[in-house]
Amino acid sequence: MLEVNPGVAIWTIITFLILVVVLKKVAWGPIIEALTRREENIRKALEDAQRAKEEAERLMEENKRNLARAEEEVQKIIRDGKETAERIRAEILERARKEADMMIERAKEEIERHREQAMLQLRAQVVDLAIQIASKLLGETLSEQRHKKLVERYLQEISSEKRA
Amino acid sequence: MWINNLVVMADTLKHPEASHGNGESSSWLLHHIADSRTIDLEPFGHITLPQFPPIHIGGITIDLSITKHVFFMWLVSIILIVVLSLVARSYKKSVVPHGLANLVEVFVVFIRDEIILSVIGKEGLKYLHYFLTLFFFILLCNLFGLVPYGATATGNLAVTGGLAFLSFILIQLAGIKKHGLIGYYKGLVPHGVPAFVAPVMFVVEFLGLFAKAFALTIRLFANMTAGHIVILALIGLIFVFKSVFVAPISIAFAIFINLLEILVAFIQAYIFTMLTALFVGLSIHQH
Repeated sequence: MLEVNPGVAIWTIITFLILVVVLKKVAWGPIIEALTRREENIRKALEDAQRAKEEAERLMEENKRNLARAEEEVQKIIRDGKETAERIRAEILERARKEADMMIERAKEEIERHREQAMLQLRAQVVDLAIQIASKLLGETLSEQRHKKLVERYLQEISSEKRA
Repeated sequence: MWINNLVVMADTLKHPEASHGNGESSSWLLHHIADSRTIDLEPFGHITLPQFPPIHIGGITIDLSITKHVFFMWLVSIILIVVLSLVARSYKKSVVPHGLANLVEVFVVFIRDEIILSVIGKEGLKYLHYFLTLFFFILLCNLFGLVPYGATATGNLAVTGGLAFLSFILIQLAGIKKHGLIGYYKGLVPHGVPAFVAPVMFVVEFLGLFAKAFALTIRLFANMTAGHIVILALIGLIFVFKSVFVAPISIAFAIFINLLEILVAFIQAYIFTMLTALFVGLSIHQH
């Protein structure tokens, strides 16, 4: 049982070498090639999926950014609008107030002028009345010219006392 | 499997009578394991294989007659070629494997990824077809020993020796191809060895190359033979005790060993392939 038959060894070597050559041609070549091709396909499919995922993520990121920018723009527009409106409102108010002030001023001036006019007229009438009364009371003693002067002086005193 | 045992029994019953009815003779046991010039088909008789006159080359007598083991090697080769080319053709139809292709693919991918790529590296892919053939050839030879009327070609020292010789050549060629003839044998001595030890180391390492091949030879042969001897011995117990009541126990154990043999057939095919790859890797990646 432990003897080595060289003939069988030679047959083994020949058989095995032929088997290696034949199997390489008919079996291992095609099988390995098919396996490699399939692995390649799977790898490529996985890579494609990875790339698609990255692309989708990128797009989503961009969308988010765009949305944020749009939001910001909207906020800015609203803010600008508010500011403009505020400014216009302030301007209008200012102008209105100025106009009103001017009108009031003018009205005051008018009133003042009218009052002065009225005062002047009143004073003249009062002088006349006073002279008439005085002349009636004193009876022609004083000339009209002197009377007028006298009354004028008294009135001056009275009005200055009043002012004081 | 039990048919196998029955065949062995039928044959065994015949042989002790032939060897003068002596129950202590073990020749019947060896008869099942050893190579022979006939294929036994008991109880249908036997086929005598063709024989050639021996050739004498320089004092060595070489008998190139076809023996039982050579016949089974050829049978295994033909089965491998037919089955694997069918598998290869099935890949042409679609890259999705089904049926047998699935089974073959498991081994092919395992040998490529777990043995070649992890032990030798990318350079080993050049020798991929050698390792694939080696694995499937040894596996099928091993399994044939478990089939009724079959014989284990790998249970023959000449066959395992032949395979180990080819592996030895491959290991040397791979190393020489990578490092050059002189570079390879110089590289056998590890770096950092003192100059006066180097010659001794070279001799040791050089002998180690042959020891590796020798170990491959003996490991496969012994594993394949041992299982068969155990099975035969268990069945032989029936005849040693000359009692039919031993039979159930013997058969039960024999079947158990038979199942174990299936495992061993795979393991030994794997180990032979793995170790060859390991040695090729060592000769390529010298330190």
